[in-house]
Order: sequence, then structure tokens, then C-alpha cells
Amino acid sequence: MAINEETVKQVAKLAKLEIEEESIHTFTKELDRIVDMVEQLEELDTEGVEGTYHGLPQKNVWREDKVQQGTDREALFKNVKTRKDGYIEVPAMFDNGGSEA
Amino acid sequence: MNLEPVIGLEVHVELKTDSKMFSPSPAHFGAEPNTNTNVIDWGHPGVLPVVNKRAIEFGMKAALTLNCSIANETKFDRKNYFYPDNPKAYQISQFDQPIGYDGWIEIDVKGEKKKIRIERVHLEEDAGKNTHGDDGSSYVDLNRQGTPLIEIVSEADMRSPEEAQAYLDTVKQLIQFTGVSDVKMQEGSMRCDANISLRPVGQEEFGTKTELKNLNSFNNVRKGLQHEIKRQEKILNAGGAIQQETRRFDETTGETILMRVKEGSSDYRYFPEPDIPNLEISNDWIDDVRASLPEMPKERMERYVKDYKLPEYDAGVLTATVEMSDFFQETVDHGADPKQASNWLMGEVSAYLNSEHKELHDTQLTPKALAEMIKLIADGTISSKIAKKVFKELITKGSDDVKALVEDKGWVQLSDPAKLLPIISETLDQNEQSIEDYKNGKDRALGFLVGNVMKQTRGKANPGVVNKLLKEEMDKR
Amino acid sequence: MNFLAHTLEELHEKLVNKELTAVELMESVYANIEETDERVGAFLTLNKEEALAAAREADEQGIDPDNVLSGLPVGIKDNISTKGIRTTAASKILEEFVPVYDATVVEKLKQAGMISVGKLNLDEFAMGGSTENSALKVTRNPWDLSKVPGGSSGGSAAAVAAGQIPVSLGSDTGGSIRQPASFTGLVGMKPTYGRVSRYGLIAFGSSLDQIGPFTRTVKDNALVLNVISGTDDRDGTSYRGDTPDFTEGIEEGVKGLRIGVPKEYFHEDAKETAIVESVRAALELYKEMGAEIVEVSLPHSKYGIPAYYIIASSEASSNLQRFDGIRYGYRSENIGSLEDIYVKSRSEGFGLEVKRRIMLGTFSLSSGFYDAHFKKAAQARTLIRQDFEKTFEDVDVLVAPTTTSTAFEIGGKIDDPLAMYMADVLTVPVNLAGVPSLSIPCGFSEDMPIGMQIIGKHFDEQTIYRTAYAYEKATDHHEKKPSFKGGE
Ligand SMILES: [Mg+2]
Ligand SMILES: [Zn+2]
Repeated sequence: MAINEETVKQVAKLAKLEIEEESIHTFTKELDRIVDMVEQLEELDTEGVEGTYHGLPQKNVWREDKVQQGTDREALFKNVKTRKDGYIEVPAMFDNGGSEA
Repeated sequence: MNLEPVIGLEVHVELKTDSKMFSPSPAHFGAEPNTNTNVIDWGHPGVLPVVNKRAIEFGMKAALTLNCSIANETKFDRKNYFYPDNPKAYQISQFDQPIGYDGWIEIDVKGEKKKIRIERVHLEEDAGKNTHGDDGSSYVDLNRQGTPLIEIVSEADMRSPEEAQAYLDTVKQLIQFTGVSDVKMQEGSMRCDANISLRPVGQEEFGTKTELKNLNSFNNVRKGLQHEIKRQEKILNAGGAIQQETRRFDETTGETILMRVKEGSSDYRYFPEPDIPNLEISNDWIDDVRASLPEMPKERMERYVKDYKLPEYDAGVLTATVEMSDFFQETVDHGADPKQASNWLMGEVSAYLNSEHKELHDTQLTPKALAEMIKLIADGTISSKIAKKVFKELITKGSDDVKALVEDKGWVQLSDPAKLLPIISETLDQNEQSIEDYKNGKDRALGFLVGNVMKQTRGKANPGVVNKLLKEEMDKR
Repeated sequence: MNFLAHTLEELHEKLVNKELTAVELMESVYANIEETDERVGAFLTLNKEEALAAAREADEQGIDPDNVLSGLPVGIKDNISTKGIRTTAASKILEEFVPVYDATVVEKLKQAGMISVGKLNLDEFAMGGSTENSALKVTRNPWDLSKVPGGSSGGSAAAVAAGQIPVSLGSDTGGSIRQPASFTGLVGMKPTYGRVSRYGLIAFGSSLDQIGPFTRTVKDNALVLNVISGTDDRDGTSYRGDTPDFTEGIEEGVKGLRIGVPKEYFHEDAKETAIVESVRAALELYKEMGAEIVEVSLPHSKYGIPAYYIIASSEASSNLQRFDGIRYGYRSENIGSLEDIYVKSRSEGFGLEVKRRIMLGTFSLSSGFYDAHFKKAAQARTLIRQDFEKTFEDVDVLVAPTTTSTAFEIGGKIDDPLAMYMADVLTVPVNLAGVPSLSIPCGFSEDMPIGMQIIGKHFDEQTIYRTAYAYEKATDHHEKKPSFKGGE
């Protein structure tokens, strides 16, 4: 599979990155080489092999439903660039949808 | 063309845990913005999620109530998308191994029963809340971020807005009985999105669907679907095609409005959450949770009919909400006659709640007080007429000791013959014509005399006793 | 005061005997840093005032004779959260970020009485093998200032190698502790996945990341691991089993130990033949000391690099989405819309290598490629892990070179990302398998240190330390000191 500039632009959009027009060509070539390298895996027979998605095959780790007071709001807001009345302020969103919980 | 709607619902229900799904900050409403949050809710660099065990159990309870199978092996996944109310830019959710699957519930539309299948019930975290200012800014409050949710996805088994509403009613009723959520649409602890398409009657294949959002009440679900059916009908009948899109119901116009057209499907890049170990749910655990479920409305209803000899309709009304059903049960447990308890709850109590727009917990009435009042009526301490006054007092002010209350207020019936006889004699002395009429078989005369005695006692006399004594005294004359 | 000459236990003794106060020790640390860090460039942030205050307090309270680390200085890799102290991950996007909480390891070090002196440079978000990807600073190798210290924990390695501090913490996702340890002649441990809490470690590859110590000696290393290990309620992936004393049995020697030699890890044709020769010589020594040397095979390790780059980059692409310019971190000046905050802040805030990996990871997870990339890599990972498990049924530890080359010239590989990736070939399988591995110095090639890794069974760091300690006792590589030659 070869990566083309179109794919790079699409992936950048998903990742909320902007690849400048003048570097898109180099970036595509570089990414294409990397993708070629990782696709060495194609030669490996993995039929019937379960994937490993965790660093440790440990199961059922949880906490009891005990409340701890939240972090001090002022401390949290020290790193916030724009705020108003205890809210984080952001430029208006295009739709009123809210997130898709 | 004869078209039939095909409707599927996605319902989000907030679980009533103390702390959040993956962080220990408080999962409560109404606080000042961004005060019930911590570094985990804010997605600060380096923080990690740890699962709230109670949320898992609550999810299992809900899923079991909806007749789902529980997955023995389940896990969390990341759903990736950017939005200001989604601080990590991924939501921890469940993708291909939901905790519950293959469920169903039975709905009842005007006496017609139908099974609606449930595809899955999965656990996830809620997002924060955006408020949209009219100043070109939006405002983010992360208090809700991380509140545990279950998402209940139905199969597209509903064929009318009425069925959709009945489905929601039943889901709400069932979950409410488990106690894992308040399930209140107006407070956002129950939220609903609908998928709807039309197809020619007889066709098996589904048409192109639209997704309806912002259906924030049961009425709006019905109205939104009704409008959307009309809109799609118009397009299809004119030979047009439905676009796959997300639409929003506008309460003020009663119409659905285009929000966004789906460009292919969004690419959420789901993958297993590496920060959360997989879950293994043993059959023993599932059995324990099943055993901890309270008696469900259907079982309660059957028991009311069988043990208390209540009509099926009455039993249905009494089990419509867990609050009513629990109240009824406790009233009976305090010794009230079930039929009388049922009559009061379905009659005076419901009428009061409706006229005052209140719920049982908003009033001062307790099951114990209601039971005491019913017993006082039964043993003749108070008349059923006076009982209405007592009831008014109990529901507005409350009382720990109803007997003392009616005595204090002087509402006790006068049943003692020794106290009634002088009044009866006096009445008879003053109404000789009536005695005559009574002896000549005019029943009305007795009624007149009873009324007279009641008036003399300012309504306190026990009419039955008065009746009996009058007859005896007249026979003597 | 030169720490190169002293172990942690020796320093502890001096503090207990009052030959030295914690304040004197701390002052000498900052004097060392002042003298050498202009050339080495290990530190991004120093917290001198807090550290001196803590040292004064330690002196006032008296050094606990039973607590070997109390009053001793430590440096922290700058992808580990420190409350009130800037934590940048060496990225422009976090250049001004001040955390509001301490990582669990930082809390644990404090509880043990250690005093953090500052934050150490790294490849941005720990992505790289040379520390050249830092957006903030260049770090140089004290053995040759024209060379890289390795990466991504290059600052952590350089500071200890330069004698600025006796101990530092690094993090290892694909070799980021072991490779710089080998490039700078140090002992560096990548513990078993789950041994050390990741709470507060800015996530790169969540299923691979582990924090571990850099030290001059093996026993020092075990002492520090003792303190930072353990179950953490705030990290569900931290191990729910027991934590042993890692120094226990450390002097028992290797007699009767079965040491596996994975044949795939010995590239006899590599241009630096000195590396393979040194490790072979070490194996000879082990044999003389009574260990049994067994040739073994880890056949799937050759898929380590592709599997690793897919998994680590995919996890990273998701982990790094939170850097969106809204709640903290860099925000572009150049914004009109919400989309601008996201796209412009991220595009201006992340460096080139980080973007490359985000792109690769996003691609590998995207619909249509998930099965061939992410899922396939996860399956390859299973096979790699099974190789190790099977081999460990027969041997106690594995010994192999840590790297295929010694430290390279600054600028030598930076324009060839693929060459940089391939350099991790001997370290990434260990992370994919989750097993522990320690790199220790085992010789020199043209005056540059060579590292050898000792890989153990899951949660058997003890045997690794025992094996390493026996070698260290019998050799003097760890006593050699860097020359600070080269550079401009
Ligand atoms: Mg959904
Ligand atoms: Zn959802």
C-alpha cells in the first residue's frame, strides 16, 4: 500500500494537524517509507492469534465508589488561557450538538 | 405509496454513583461550574482512569432488567474525537464487547403488546457541558465529564412514534425500579436519540435513515418522530431521496432542522483502552447481581392481583412508578386494607398530585400515616367525610400520630349511645310528625331525622349508630 | 564533591556520620551542574531553592540511618509530572505548563526522603533515540560532546554520566532508558510493565511505557527501584502482586544460573564488531563464574520494530489528542475559530517527529487500515511475548547487546527517521513482551561505552540484578569516567 498526498491530508484532518503545502511532498514520501516498513508484518502468519492490547495480562482492577473532593478550581484554571465565571471559554462551535456521548 | 416508519432508539442513562466512572471526583449535579472536577476529568498530562466497580454493577443491573445477556469477557475502548466538552479527545466507551447484549422489553400500546429487541447495553463516560453564548463564545463546564452512563441501543423494531414512546416509558420504568438512575429526561439523566427511516409496506430492506437529536422529553420524542415521518414521506412521495443526516428537533416550531450531513461515517478510530485491564465477569457475580434486583413491575402487578385481589388495571397504575408501588406496598405493610390503600392512592392522592404538579416525595404524606387513617375509617373512629379533611392535613402538613391528630382536631366520630341518646330523644320530641311518617312506611322521614342529629352534633355523630338508635327509640314510642 | 566515586550507600553513610550535610551535598550538586551543564545540557528546569530548603529540612530532622535514600539528590525526566514545577515533555506545546499534581513516583521518592533537583531533557514526548528531538535544548554525551547521549531519556542519562547527580529517573517505551544507559556507560532499568506506577508519566505508548532508574552501579539501581515500585490505586495497570526487596540475594552470584543467548540479537556482521565481542566476552566471564550459557531463539523479534512503531504510534496518536490548546498548554495566537485552536495550536506546538508518529498512529487506527496495521501488530506482539515466555521456561535470564552501535554523532541520523527507528531493534521486543531488562556497561568501543542488556522473566528483576551485580563485581567498566572531550 502506497501512501499518497490525499491520504496524508485526510489523516492530518483526523489528527487535527496541518501539513504545510510546501512540505507535504516530503512528508508523504517519508510516511510512505515508514508505512512500507511497518507493512513487513504482512508476511507474518497471524491466523488465529489473539492480539495483545495491554502491557500486563491482569484483569478486574477497579476502585470502590468513594468520593474525593475535586481539584481546587483556581489551580486548574492557572493553565487555562481564556475563562469566564468559572467556565473555560472557547470560540463558538458551529452546531449546538454537544458531544456524541 | 404506502410507507411504514422504521424506528430505532439510542438511550443514554446516567448511573447514580457517588463518584465518577473513572475518577473519584463527585458525580453530582448543581455545583458551581468546574468544581466537581479533578485532574483526571480535565485530562491533565499523565493522569489515568480507574474503573468504578459500582458503575459496573449498576450497568449489569440495568442490562439484566432489560433481559440482556451479560458478557463474561468485556473491556473498554477509546472513541476518538475532538470537542471542547471531551477533554482527552477520546471518550472511554465500549466498542465490540458491550457489557450487555441481546435483550428485549415488552411494550404495550393501547392494550397491544409487542416485544422490542435491544441490541446492546454498554458502559461509558459522559462528556462535559457546553453552553453557547451569544457573544461568539462557548463555555465549558466539566462537572458532568466522567459521570457513568449506559447507552441502550434498540433494534429498529418500532413502527410508530407511539411505539417509540411506549418503549421509552417502559425503559424508564424498568431502570427506575432497579434504582441505578433517576431516569429523568428533563434533568438529563435520561437522553434519547432516534434513528428513523421509511420503507414501502412489505419491503424488508431499510430505507436511508436520519438521526434525530435534542429529543429532551417524551413528548418531543413523539412529536419529533411525527414531524420527521411527514418530512420524509413528502420527499419520498415526490420521488426524492432521503439524505443520511443528523437533525435536531426544534421545540418552538415543532420541526426537525438539519444539523449536519454525514460525510461517510465519522472515523472514531476505536481501539482497546490500554489503561484499563479487561474485565472478567463470572457467572457467580452475574447471579449475585440478578438476585439483588428488586421485584420488577410485572411481578409486583401479578402479586397485587393474586394476593390483594386488585383489578389488573389498578395494579398496573400502582406499579407505573417505583415510588407509587413502594408507597402502596409500605401502606399495606403498615396494616392498611390493600383495596382501601389502592383506592386512596389512585383517587385522592393521584388527584392531589396532578392538580399540584407534585410527586409523592414532594408531599408530607407517609405510608404509615395513610395506613393509620385507613384504619381509623375502618374502625369507625372517623367518618369517610371527615377523612377527606384528615387526608388534606396529612398530605400538606403530615403527622406522626394520626389518632392524636383527629382527637386534637375534634374529628372523632360520636358513636357512644350514652352520649347520642339525649340528642336523639330531643330530636324525636321535636319531630313527632316524622315518627308518624316513619311508622307509616315513609323512609325519607328516617333520613330527615338522621340529618337532624348530624346537624346537632356538627357532623361528628356516627351516622350508622344514629340510624340504629333512632329506629330503636321510635320502636319504643 | 564528585559523585562518580561514591555509591548511594556510601553517600548515605557520610550523611549519617555527619561527614557531609544534605545541604552541602545539594550545594555541590548545583555547583556540578553549573560547571558542566553548559556543555552537557541535561537539565531543562532547576528547582534550586526548593531543593535546598528540602535539604535543610532533612538536616534539621536528621538523616534516618535506616532509610538509605534520605537526603540524596535525584533528577527527574521532564515527562514526569511534578507539582508546581514546570513539566514540558521537551515540547513547545507544554513549554509553560506547570502541573498541579505529583506523579506517584515523585511522591514515592519524596516519601523516601530523596530531593528532586530538577527536570531533565528528553526527545519530545519521549519520541526518539537521541534527545535531538527536544524542542527546548540539545543534550550532549559526556563521553564525547559531539555525540548524542541517546534517547529518549538523554538528559537523565547525561546528568548521571556527567556526575551532576547520582540518580535519575527515565522512562522506557521502546528502549528509552536502556539505550541512553548504554550510550553513556550507566546502569539503566526498564522494569516489568506494571512494576512501577505510570500515574503522572505523560503517556506515550500506554501499554509499553515504564519508568525506571539510571545509576552508576547495579545496587544503587536496585535501591531506587525498591522505592518507586509498588501497586498504585491510581494506576489500574500497575501490578496487583507483591513487591520484593530488589537487593535481596544480589550477591549470590551466577553459579548454576542458566543464561540464554538469543541468537537473533547478535548481529555478527554489524560494523561495530566491538559490541558483539564485548557481550561475548561477558558471556565467557559468566561461564567462568559458573553460569550455564544456552543458545536460544526469539524468532518473532524481527517483527519487533514494525509492531512497535504501529502500537506505540497508535496509542500516542490518541494520548496526544488532549493537547488541544483548550485547558492547558500552547495555544496559537493565530486563531479565529475552534478548529483553529485545535489545528494551529497542535501544528505549531508539536515537533516534526511527534507529528510523524501521530500521523502513522492515526493512519494505523483509521477505518480500512485497523486490521492490517493495529490488529496485526497486536497479534505480532502476542507472538513476540510468547517467544520470551517459552524461552524463559528453560533459562533464567537472557543476555544480549543493548544497541547495534555506540553513541553516534549529533545530527548523524536526525534526517533519516527510518534509520533512527531501526536502531531500537534490540530493545523494543522487551517492551512488547512486558519483561524487565537492565542495561549495564560491558566495555568500550573507541572510548565510547558499550551496553549489555540482561532480560528477565516477568517480575523477576531480582535475578537480573543478581546477574548484573556479579558481572559488575568482576569488571571495572563502571569505574571509568567520561572525559567531556569534543564538542565545540
Ligand atoms: Mg452512540
Ligand atoms: Zn454513547
